[in-house]
Amino acid sequence: MTNEPAMSADPFQGERPRHTHFHERQAALNVREAWSAWNGFRFADYYYDPEYEYFCIRNFCGTYDICPMQKYYISGPDAAAMLDRMVTRDIKKLNVNRVTYCVWCTDEGRIVDDGTIFRISEDTYMLTCGSPSVSWLRKSAIGFDDVTITDMTDEIAGLSLQGPTSYSTLKAMGLEGLETLKPFGIMRFPFNGVELMVSRTGFTGDLGYELWIDPSQALAMWDALYAAGKDFGIHPYGETATDMARLEAGFIMPDMELSESLKTIHFEHDQSPFELNLGWLVDFKKPHFNGRRALLEERERGPKWTLVKLDIPGNKVAEGAIMYDTEDCDNEIGYVTSAMWSPSVKANIALAMIKTPALKGDIWAEIYYQKELRYYRKMALCEVKDKPFWMPARTRQTPPEVYS
Amino acid sequence: MSNYDTIVIGAGHNGLICAAYLAKKGQRVLVLEAAPAAGGLAMTREFHPGFKASVAHSLNQFSGKIAADLNLKAHGFDSSGQAMPTVALDPDGKHISISDDALQGAGEDDAASYVKYRKAMKTFARALEPFWAKTMPGVGNNSLGELMTFGQLGLRLRMMGKEDMLEFLRVATLPMRDLMDEYFSDKRLQAALSWDGLVGAKLAPRSPNSAVFGLLYRMIGEHQGMHSIPASGISGLVNALQGAATAAGAEVRFDAPVKRVVVDADENGLRASGVELVGGETVTASRVVSSADPQTTFLKLVGARHLEIEFANRIQRLRCEGYVAKLHLALKGAPNIPGLSDANARMIIADQPDALEFAFDDAKYGGYSQNPVMEVLLPSLTDSSLAPAGQHVLSANIMYVPANLKGGWTDEARADLSRRVMDTLEAHIPGLADLVVHAELLTPADLESQFRVTGGHWHHTEFAVDQMLMMRPTYEAGQYATPLPGLYLCGAGSHPGGGLMGGPGHNAAHEILK
Amino acid sequence: MKRYDAVIIGAGHNGLTNAAYLAKAGLDVMVVEKNDYIGGAAVTREMHEGWFYSSCSYVCSMMRQAIHRDLDLAKHGLLLVPYLGTVAFGDRGETLIEYTDEEASYNELKKHSPHDADAMHRFQADLGRYAQLIRKTLLRTPPDPSSFKPRDIKELLWLAKEFYALGERELYEYVRFFTMSAAEFLEDYFENDLVKAAMASPGIIGTALGVYSPGSAYVLLHHVMGDVDGNVGAWGLARGGMGAISNALCSAMKAHGGELRTGSGVQQILVKGGKAVGVALENGDEIYADIVVSNLDARRTFTKVMDKNDLPDGIYERAENFKIRGSSGKVNIALSGMPKFNNVPDNPYINRGGQGFVGSLETMERAYDCWKRGTWSDDPFIESVIPSAWDPTVAPAGKHWMSNFIQYCPPKLADGEWTPEKRDAFGQTVIDKIERFSPGFKDLIVHMEVRTPHEIENEIGLTEGNIFQGELTIDQLLFNRPFPGYGQYRMPVKNMYMCGSSTHPGGGVSSACGANAAREILLDLKRPNTVPEDDCYDE
Repeated sequence: MTNEPAMSADPFQGERPRHTHFHERQAALNVREAWSAWNGFRFADYYYDPEYEYFCIRNFCGTYDICPMQKYYISGPDAAAMLDRMVTRDIKKLNVNRVTYCVWCTDEGRIVDDGTIFRISEDTYMLTCGSPSVSWLRKSAIGFDDVTITDMTDEIAGLSLQGPTSYSTLKAMGLEGLETLKPFGIMRFPFNGVELMVSRTGFTGDLGYELWIDPSQALAMWDALYAAGKDFGIHPYGETATDMARLEAGFIMPDMELSESLKTIHFEHDQSPFELNLGWLVDFKKPHFNGRRALLEERERGPKWTLVKLDIPGNKVAEGAIMYDTEDCDNEIGYVTSAMWSPSVKANIALAMIKTPALKGDIWAEIYYQKELRYYRKMALCEVKDKPFWMPARTRQTPPEVYS
Repeated sequence: MSNYDTIVIGAGHNGLICAAYLAKKGQRVLVLEAAPAAGGLAMTREFHPGFKASVAHSLNQFSGKIAADLNLKAHGFDSSGQAMPTVALDPDGKHISISDDALQGAGEDDAASYVKYRKAMKTFARALEPFWAKTMPGVGNNSLGELMTFGQLGLRLRMMGKEDMLEFLRVATLPMRDLMDEYFSDKRLQAALSWDGLVGAKLAPRSPNSAVFGLLYRMIGEHQGMHSIPASGISGLVNALQGAATAAGAEVRFDAPVKRVVVDADENGLRASGVELVGGETVTASRVVSSADPQTTFLKLVGARHLEIEFANRIQRLRCEGYVAKLHLALKGAPNIPGLSDANARMIIADQPDALEFAFDDAKYGGYSQNPVMEVLLPSLTDSSLAPAGQHVLSANIMYVPANLKGGWTDEARADLSRRVMDTLEAHIPGLADLVVHAELLTPADLESQFRVTGGHWHHTEFAVDQMLMMRPTYEAGQYATPLPGLYLCGAGSHPGGGLMGGPGHNAAHEILK
Repeated sequence: MKRYDAVIIGAGHNGLTNAAYLAKAGLDVMVVEKNDYIGGAAVTREMHEGWFYSSCSYVCSMMRQAIHRDLDLAKHGLLLVPYLGTVAFGDRGETLIEYTDEEASYNELKKHSPHDADAMHRFQADLGRYAQLIRKTLLRTPPDPSSFKPRDIKELLWLAKEFYALGERELYEYVRFFTMSAAEFLEDYFENDLVKAAMASPGIIGTALGVYSPGSAYVLLHHVMGDVDGNVGAWGLARGGMGAISNALCSAMKAHGGELRTGSGVQQILVKGGKAVGVALENGDEIYADIVVSNLDARRTFTKVMDKNDLPDGIYERAENFKIRGSSGKVNIALSGMPKFNNVPDNPYINRGGQGFVGSLETMERAYDCWKRGTWSDDPFIESVIPSAWDPTVAPAGKHWMSNFIQYCPPKLADGEWTPEKRDAFGQTVIDKIERFSPGFKDLIVHMEVRTPHEIENEIGLTEGNIFQGELTIDQLLFNRPFPGYGQYRMPVKNMYMCGSSTHPGGGVSSACGANAAREILLDLKRPNTVPEDDCYDE
């Protein structure tokens, strides 16, 4: 028999989700005990009130725990080449201390996952993504001798800080020089003897930063941040508020818009970048990247589906709606992937997958809604929007506006 | 302007055949061979002064169409010769001799069954025959011609008759052991007849799914599965192929190992534009055709970074471990095999299917058997150029010997294997040891290093159902063109597969000329 | 003497299903059973006072929910309760726990290998894709590929369409799954030995193949293609034991007017003028019927209960060549308490599932090598489950019943037939192995029953004790099952049918063979079909 560590006193220990590096503080603030799980970690749906937390993102600032997000260091002389072959964007153009959003595809040009790549030094990149990707990264590294892939998920504590007062909060925390940090840039600051890495990135469409630090200083950083943000309305937010903010910004969400190709059972129930309206991420000037041949073909013939942003009349949320080309529901032309009432823009918004040819005609949503347990149905003629529902100028403004 | 229309990597039989067809159509073709002579695993080499042998030691399936198309007769290849009997060797001299249409030395029931067995197998082999010499289309978006290939396959199966067709669909995936049990009772006979379904593959008599296909594939030659050595020897065939290629205008360069395939990159994507030799010279061409095995071609010469991720992984997961070692003995006289009047035969040493099975069991854990099983030939009886007058060469294929031996192929391991093989041979051919002037043992690891074939695998990669037809070596490269524009395959790792058959070279040339 | 519309030989679950559907169509049916109890291998009996053993089959995942619903088996007393966690034990005692919760399972896998924890998602998606296609074929009659009948051509086209719907690339991947060994197939996904072993083990259950044998990947699929309440691959237990399934089917059959005679072994199927006309029982009675349906395996049907002279040429030989090698043993144990296993937390959820003593791929393969040599391994693969942990009806309160399925156990030993002494030695091997992982286990044993293929054949009538009524290799699947040309339940003698696991879709307690046979019989009799379409799988 092996000398495995003694069994935990708690017989259910293996059943319980792990705690993130910020759990202690977050647990204390989770008045509603509203937890779910992500990648094996306990994770908050919300802490107090989802709508309040959403408004923190839009009005003050809020923190969102990104410890469960997967983080990998890709390092070595071949790191850039390996990533460049893997993703559809040109990674060779990514400078040190810059971040880029990208997708990576199967040979068939279907999306494996999306994520961000941080160039943290000449030969070291950090890739972050929603789902574990060791297997795919290892497959992608075949043929690149000088590249090392390290799973840093448990080694780096990540906290997202989003909202208009996020900059002021960080300044109050003493991050000198942050005013020069542009969107998708990285800066480093000393903190309690370790390095605090700050990137101007996020998933809310608003001004925001992501903070990356050694787990040993995670709680200390939390405390410093909350002390600095006390007068700037800082509040933790969970999955629900994130989902609202990202939908207003028009960002795709795994398991909503994106069915990761390698986990998809049904043929073509995964998506291509073109189908998700992410063609701008595909750089055909690059001679070689995974899925290039298939994506070129797809570009020629046009994607079968297209993800669109919809403005829907009325206030009945179109969640789960099936879309038709006429009010009489003659032909199904698509389905809603995410929908909500947008508190900021006061609009009934949705993302929907529509069969590309049907985009030329009308798009009707068949909406079911409930009034005191009784269900109703309505048809709504939808309007396709090109721009995100919410993307204020402050998101990109450098230096950001100071609140004092 | 490129130096050539086509560069063929490797002057094995498939490379030469492909080069010859292309040159005949007027292409400027350069064949680059790492070794000092042509033939690859069929190259006849001197392994001891005055004694020569070729790793591939007999013919059973060389394509008659290719011989005719390339007029090999004019280049010195004189048909594939007389069929040799296969002999199930018995230490007590009670051998069973197996010829095309009859058994000698077996019971009456087995002899009668053999006639039925051959008839059935020939029927099945005939139905499949045209498809070995054709590109197998993918099943995706098919052209009319491709659909006809499938239609033709269905039709040929149905043309066998309802019963034979249904029987084929059952028998096709049987393990050799079950097939043998259905027909025969003599264990030695069962083992000898199983041999052709298993040799060269990671398959034992109890392994389902791929053995019968292997057997049927080996039955496509003029002797329908019986082996022969042409009068001019294996070297006669290789020389003729080389002659045909050069006569058609192809240039063949020896001692010219390829370091890598040159890949151009621009906005139009990647493209193979030539090769760089180990010596540093770069030769350009409109296309590169590789007869090297798929792993060598894609992972070593092209580099996985120039491929797509899943394709590269599919190539990497190809099963390429060779399981056959080769023994060459220089003999100072003709061996005497008790009870065998004519030693010009293909002799199988395996007294029952379990002998094969249990030898395989050792190999699957990375060892080799205490009781090796083997196929033995005396090629010098036919091809007198292989040994000095009055002296002989014994050539044996030994199964199951893994390329990746646990603990590695140390001198001790090699010596131990040699001893076991010699003991087994001596038990069947008394006095053999005294005749041995020199012995050469080539493990699959040796075949890999000497012949540059991954895993020392005869067929470059397993001939198994999932690596057959349009899936050989993988579906992306199953029609000789590869995902890398400008690069083609023409070796045993492509459909139809290995053996001295010529199908891959022939089919690849056909695709290129399309 | 009464003449029946149909006589069905064997009251196993498929025979009872068949009879139920024929009775439902208004036929006068009689099921004859050699034992004094029903169920065949889906049987539960009190083997020690207060302990009810499901002596043979012990878990359920393939039971067609469409049949469960259609025959109202719930009303007839059937309740299937899903498994919770399972534990796989490695060679060195290390454990891999599979929790019902995805996040918990992910964390557990990650402890063994972060790579494998990630790859498991892809593996499960791929498996789900392959299983989905096969599952659709279970309640359908296989087409005859040589036939030009519209019905066969239609079915072939349907199959082609379903395959094509996988997408081209998946079609090729499918071929891999269908033909490769479980071990080589898993190489593409996993790196950890225990993960590989745990995933490969279903590939050898009940089969004369090893994890390294080509074809074992398909068997793996056969074991995970079931579903319980839409959870693909989920396994469940029948409350009251596997016999509860047979009892419910029998009750449904009787409710439709079918009759049952137990203690009535069939001596011979009576054939007159080339037509089956009834059966002669071992006690001399004869039962006449318009059609005869055999739920016995193909070997037994044609070589034991039929006269060779009644068969067309070649059928007897086909039956003799039918591959039905026995490879499994069973040890049923009554325990005075719940055993504790090393490296397994004292968590009741985990114990409400199976224990797989898988060891490693090599350990399982070496056990197969022993089987090939006519013996058993002293380190066999054991798949155990303690149903009493969540079924209050099978053991006295506080006591437990443990089912242990052992791969491999040869039908005959190299040195001759099984004897009681050798059987007990085999049983000893099994409890010795469990003791290694659960010190003190042996002290809990109140009673045990050891079954080698010899006992399984003698009691149940399964030739060589093969639990699938014939091996699940491609040459014996779909239209090849049991023989080419006889894949549609009609047998070479007129008015005779087969309805057991020797027919498509093969072994497992699915009721599909019996139901499919009923559909074909009713078609021949020009009666309205009573067999439901399978609308209970995930589209």
